[in-house]
Amino acid sequence: MFGPRLVPDDTTIPFMNGRFAGLIVSAVLSISSIILAFYPGLNLGIDFRGGVAIQAHMKDPVDFTKLRPALEALHLGQMELQEFGSPYDVEIRLERQPGGDSAQQEAVTKVRATLERNFPDTTLPSVEAVGATVSGELFQNGLMALGVAMLAMLGYIWFRFEWQFGVAATATLLLDVTKIVGVYGLTRFEFNVTSIVAILTIMGYSINDKVVVYDRVRENLRLYRRMPLRELIDRSINETLCRTIATSGTVFLAILPLAIMSASTLREFAIVLLVGIVIGTSSSIFIAAPILLLLGEGRLRRPSPAGAAEQGAGGSAQ
Amino acid sequence: MFYTRWQIIAIGLACLVGVMLALPNIVGQNVLRFLPFERQIHLGLDLKGGSYLLLKVDTEAAERERLENVLDGVRRVLRTANILYTDLRIEGGAVRFKVRDSSRIDDARAALQPIVGSAAAPEYQITSGEGGELALTPTEVVARERANDAVARSIEIVRRRIDETGVNEPEIARQGTDRIVVQLPGVQDPDRLKRLLGTTAKLSFHLLSLETPAPGAPAPPGTEYLPGTADAGHGGGRYLVQRLVDVDGSHLTDAQAGTNSQNGEWVVNFTFDSVGAREFGAVTTKNVGRSLAIVLDNRVISAPVIREPIFGRGQISGRFTAAGANDLAILLRGGALPAPLKIIEERTVGPNLGADAIRTGIYACTIGGAFVVAFMIFFYRLFGVFASLGLVINLCMLMGLLSLLQASLTLPGIVGILLTVGMSVDANVLINERIREEARKGRGPVSAIQTGFSKAMSTIIDANLTTLLKMMILFMLGSGPVKGFAVTISLGIMTSMFTAIVVVRLFIALWLRRARPKALLA
Repeated sequence: MFGPRLVPDDTTIPFMNGRFAGLIVSAVLSISSIILAFYPGLNLGIDFRGGVAIQAHMKDPVDFTKLRPALEALHLGQMELQEFGSPYDVEIRLERQPGGDSAQQEAVTKVRATLERNFPDTTLPSVEAVGATVSGELFQNGLMALGVAMLAMLGYIWFRFEWQFGVAATATLLLDVTKIVGVYGLTRFEFNVTSIVAILTIMGYSINDKVVVYDRVRENLRLYRRMPLRELIDRSINETLCRTIATSGTVFLAILPLAIMSASTLREFAIVLLVGIVIGTSSSIFIAAPILLLLGEGRLRRPSPAGAAEQGAGGSAQ
Repeated sequence: MFYTRWQIIAIGLACLVGVMLALPNIVGQNVLRFLPFERQIHLGLDLKGGSYLLLKVDTEAAERERLENVLDGVRRVLRTANILYTDLRIEGGAVRFKVRDSSRIDDARAALQPIVGSAAAPEYQITSGEGGELALTPTEVVARERANDAVARSIEIVRRRIDETGVNEPEIARQGTDRIVVQLPGVQDPDRLKRLLGTTAKLSFHLLSLETPAPGAPAPPGTEYLPGTADAGHGGGRYLVQRLVDVDGSHLTDAQAGTNSQNGEWVVNFTFDSVGAREFGAVTTKNVGRSLAIVLDNRVISAPVIREPIFGRGQISGRFTAAGANDLAILLRGGALPAPLKIIEERTVGPNLGADAIRTGIYACTIGGAFVVAFMIFFYRLFGVFASLGLVINLCMLMGLLSLLQASLTLPGIVGILLTVGMSVDANVLINERIREEARKGRGPVSAIQTGFSKAMSTIIDANLTTLLKMMILFMLGSGPVKGFAVTISLGIMTSMFTAIVVVRLFIALWLRRARPKALLA
């Protein structure tokens, strides 16, 4: 009835032996991520920074020696020009124009007119102009969304499990999120509203993974009343290991084509998701579980003498 | 693992409805007509192409203008009542002045009554300060009502103007207290629309002043200099007009672009309502030979000489192009905005970009889906087949729900669908692993499957409810892309829970009943 196994039955890997190693590696990665986020800093998109981003598609390959002076003559401050996907496409990014919200609009009009005059038959597949008010709000809303999502999950897990589970899961999520931010810092991918969505997706995926392991821990806590917590957590991870790998593997495979095939915006998104799946899955085992062990020892269960006999094996659950 | 006939029929029907609702998105146009449901998924602008504009209603500017009128009113009232005042000004959102003779403060208050309004629902509040100062502040209720009203009327006028340009299915909605979201599907070059929406279009007629002050001298009392409109060929020129509005544009009933029969120039012909016709007639009768300035948003379009009294109908000339005359007619027909509109965010996406995203999205989902199906069937064999069937039904139901609710599918939404696939796979993996585990403990097939489902259920529910709860909060708080993402995932969680816990379980139950397997593990 069933096919081959991803993980052999009765695998017993002593994951909790590496609990400190896991936490230390994670802490180091997260701290370097935070440093990366400030130095050199994130490549903030116009969603959060304000300004203008225009993609132009030209009839002939883009002649930067002609385009740059033409646009610089408009005196629109700092400007980035970048080939975009093909030699015919260029992305023009302007810093936020001083002088309020309507200043962005005036800049767009000027650039459009200049392109029409100097490069006939140019089309603009995408124009985005964001003023200071809106960019500030988008940033605030993005942070709020992340914060609220975090609190909601803390609350739910606290309610359904014990507080140790909720705190451990939330702390792990925080570490996960900082690492994702680090990925944005390292790759220089544009950090914008879509990035917030990516982080939320990874948070959702990661918490899902934690709930599955915790659920098994909770079940085993009822089942083996005398087993030391450390052994019990190891057992729970091993029991769910097959499903963890199967689920992560399929989701990874489902997203992989998107990362390979799609155009730049969606591709960056997909790549971040792939990294996020690896981070989210490994953190269930190497971070969420050790934190639970540290918090739960002596609270969820009395520390039992080493080698305590297994109890309740074969007892029917529920 | 027993289902009654009615349960089976109900579940089957639910799946069928889901598939039927999803069908319009899959079949071609010629089949579409024969389907009971025709709604397709509503694509967001980032996928369909079009222009998104976020407008801010400048209610403060409107309030400032209103205070200026109040200031004029106060001056008039005090003069009539012979009350001497100094320092009449607008400061801190109020009209302030000092009464010279402090014994007359009560007289001043009484004189201001007509401006303040009825005692029951006053429009302004009079407060006294030091040194005989009085301040007229709009009451909070009134100020809020006015701001509210200004936004509501702006939306109405924005809609009228956009409708006139022939954009298909524009979406215009209020956002927050003073913002308007305008979504224009298919619009690639929103310049004309931005110009139309950015114009307040306050039209008024003023007589040109007869005085000729020395160059460089300030405008004499009661008059002001107004610039000419640049596109009418008067760039740089200015006109000395009387401040007093002789007739204002709110009395227009119609405006149409046309050509002047004598010189073939483009003009805008307009019609007044009865009040406007009377006022306009009176002004033109009294002032034949003088020039009447036609002023739009404090710029003079033209100032023709009045040749004869005009009643009812008039003509605006100003060296227009055909498009310029048309746009002015649209603006005048739609009426003036109660407050200036500012564009604070613009996002325009060409149709190709969105189509590319959809195409790669579909390819990626198909290939990803194929991977998932292959994986499931390889590792879980027959149970994998059931799970894959469940996945297909799940996707159909999700597409069906999205079509039914007409929620916009955006780029993040496509990712939401992918995540749903992941959640759906996870539920099935959890169930199958659990069944296998129970079978290894020595349970018989029926018992193993039953226990497997019931134990996996609590995990599935916990895992999904956490995400569902989070998404609902995001939906309430979030805006734009985050909202679309939250909707897709919330719906996806519900359909994937339904298919995993109910539909796949039914498949397995039906199979158990027919095949009666002796053991699940070889």
